[in-house]
Amino acid sequence: MVTRVAGATAQLEDEAITIIREVAAECERPVLLFSGGKDSVVMLHLARRAFWPARIPFPVMHVDTGHNFDEVIAFRDRTVDLFDVKLIVASVQDSIDRGRVHEDTGPRASRNPLQTVTLLDAITEHRFDAVFGGARRDEERARAKERVVSHRDEFGQWDPKNQRPELWGIYNTRRNRGEHVRVFPLSNWTELDVWRFIAERDVELPSLYFAHHRQVFRRDGMLMATNRHVPRLDGEEPFEALVRFRTIGDATCTAAVESAAFTVDDIVAETAVARVTERGATRADDRISEAGMEDRKRQGYF
Amino acid sequence: MQPDTTAGRQRAPLRFATVGSVDDGKSTLIGRLLLDSKSIFEDQLEHIEAVSKRRGNDYVDLALLTDGLRAEREQGITIDVAYRYFSTPVRSFIIADCPGHVQYTRNAITGASTADLALVLVDARHGIVEQTRRHSLLVSLLGVPHLVICVNKMDLVGHDRDQFDAIRQEFTEFAARLDLRDVTFIPISALDGDNVVDRSANMTWYEGPTLLHHLETVYTASDENLIDVRFPVQYVIRPQRADHHDYRGYAGTVAAGTLRPGDEVLVLPSGLTSRIARIDTADGPVDEARPSMAVTVLLADDLDVSRGDMICRPNNHPTPSQDLDATIAWMDSEAPLALRRVYALKHTTRTVRAMITDVHYRLDVHSLHRDTEATELKLNEIGRVTLRATAPLFADDYRRSRVTGSFVLIDEATNQTVAAGMLRTATA
Ligand SMILES: Nc1nc2c(ncn2[C@@H]2O[C@H](COP(=O)(O)OP(=O)(O)O)[C@@H](O)[C@H]2O)c(=O)[nH]1
Repeated sequence: MVTRVAGATAQLEDEAITIIREVAAECERPVLLFSGGKDSVVMLHLARRAFWPARIPFPVMHVDTGHNFDEVIAFRDRTVDLFDVKLIVASVQDSIDRGRVHEDTGPRASRNPLQTVTLLDAITEHRFDAVFGGARRDEERARAKERVVSHRDEFGQWDPKNQRPELWGIYNTRRNRGEHVRVFPLSNWTELDVWRFIAERDVELPSLYFAHHRQVFRRDGMLMATNRHVPRLDGEEPFEALVRFRTIGDATCTAAVESAAFTVDDIVAETAVARVTERGATRADDRISEAGMEDRKRQGYF
Repeated sequence: MQPDTTAGRQRAPLRFATVGSVDDGKSTLIGRLLLDSKSIFEDQLEHIEAVSKRRGNDYVDLALLTDGLRAEREQGITIDVAYRYFSTPVRSFIIADCPGHVQYTRNAITGASTADLALVLVDARHGIVEQTRRHSLLVSLLGVPHLVICVNKMDLVGHDRDQFDAIRQEFTEFAARLDLRDVTFIPISALDGDNVVDRSANMTWYEGPTLLHHLETVYTASDENLIDVRFPVQYVIRPQRADHHDYRGYAGTVAAGTLRPGDEVLVLPSGLTSRIARIDTADGPVDEARPSMAVTVLLADDLDVSRGDMICRPNNHPTPSQDLDATIAWMDSEAPLALRRVYALKHTTRTVRAMITDVHYRLDVHSLHRDTEATELKLNEIGRVTLRATAPLFADDYRRSRVTGSFVLIDEATNQTVAAGMLRTATA
């Protein structure tokens, strides 16, 4: 028998597991959003820990823009096999083909905003009533006030002014037919906590998170990977650099940072002294406007 | 200093709530804590520098760091609770930044409900005001174990010791009527940074800790109830797999007490007894489960236990009851408390239906006067009530066990959380 010598994230881990179990107990059709990004990988590990030795009692879903890094898609497929969970792919390309959304074109076009429609359509189609996400309150200012269990109306909309008070550890998961709750078990985690968990639990991640040599070009002060989905503008000359990604999303709006962090321990050390938030450094989409995230969240974004 | 561990567990983050009235300097103080503890990222700092400049300020407005949703930005005030995170080499912190205005009492209550410590700001020029009394009452009602009174803007009263002492004296007299266990007074200037992270050269007469030092060292381990074993069953784990065929585990989070394999237990509501055979986690069995740990309990006997049941000890368990006595805070902006109307009541992992059969009094949050004529409670009002539930609850007195002593009421028509309740039991 072992005495648990738990690490820095033990208490946050217990809180997250408590939330996952509570929602699985109270909701009929939960789903976990899984992109292969580190926060969603951590969520998958926590879900397994929550129900061990039983299987995770809900499927995972990837909202696929079709513009992802190949490494990440390969990692995604390998991981769902390993965890023995069902993967649902909701495709933005399908939404475009069916005329649900209109795709902008041009070198700066990104499918990222279109994901909202695809996500909401998939929630309706599969009648999901609880959607687990890996978002954290430390990521962005509009998220700082988001509830752990956050109600969405039948249009998938978030009403930040009319949020349910969330007291103690008592979560109100009630919803009417056609509505759902978004659930954020990592609300109280910071980027460093996520990396500490990854280190302590030997969590496997896509290789993009670790330093590697890659062809990049500079845009708006950020390093974007050269990629078939990202046309370059005049003067955007590619060059090779030693980089890694702090967040991984759609290739059109996720930038790399220069880094020589080859291992998880290197990254923990680098993150502990980081001077720029991960979104500020690498997410082109979050730079749109001061209230960009709040507006997208109101409409039903992750 | 090394991060300390208790019983093999790294110290949990300190959760603290900040409550202050508009203009007491709460946002400036939080900004100062984040800035001086080097928790501000460059892009965040650049952002607030740019906004400050655009607004024509001649100094960087630290308050902008904690400024969230657009409605709030437009009105220039904090409406909802905003959560912030920072850490020092010694401890990590979760701040619940709560609005102070009476109109947002429910938000302050929400923020205080999970706090280990509350930080109330007082303007040194004005001393104890109506708001200070209200915020302290909330801290007392919500059973927040530690309170810090930050006497801010000391620079505007010439860093005067007598002024600080007078405020402390006045507060201490008022607080005698409340249930506050640990109160600390710190004279600060959030604007200049005096006694926030660094000691003040302007107040050498003050010998206590700086605010950050106090937050880093305040001892919270003894705030846990390690005596009354309470394990609300949250989820029954039955793997239905060949390799775990007979596995039946009760997953949940320890609400209070310490559970060990071999312990005799009693399960409510059945009253049946058994023994803990094993306590599981995904890393294998553990020899002890303490408050807030998420574990899976396996019993020696095949009892029929399900979600909403509670595992306790044969000689220490709540008395199941359908009649409840509670202090409640009304949180619904749409409708006041309606006598005899049926609400959903969620207490630990158990949801029943309940109605309020009697309002005993409404509490005046400033004078502490009890208005026994009251028959309803409106948004942000607090009162003592009697409830009748459709099924028994396993209730503890809130002052003894925050987790098993608290509940929420939910309007079954709107699904809104309409009230926060703190149970009172005769035995405590
Ligand atoms: N002189 C002085 N002014 C302060 C101090 N702390 C805050 N202020 C000022 O008081 C005003 C209100 O502060 P703010 O942090 O926005 O208050 P909040 O409404 O409580 O968040 C601002 O003009 C601050 O610059 C202090 O310690 N000394």
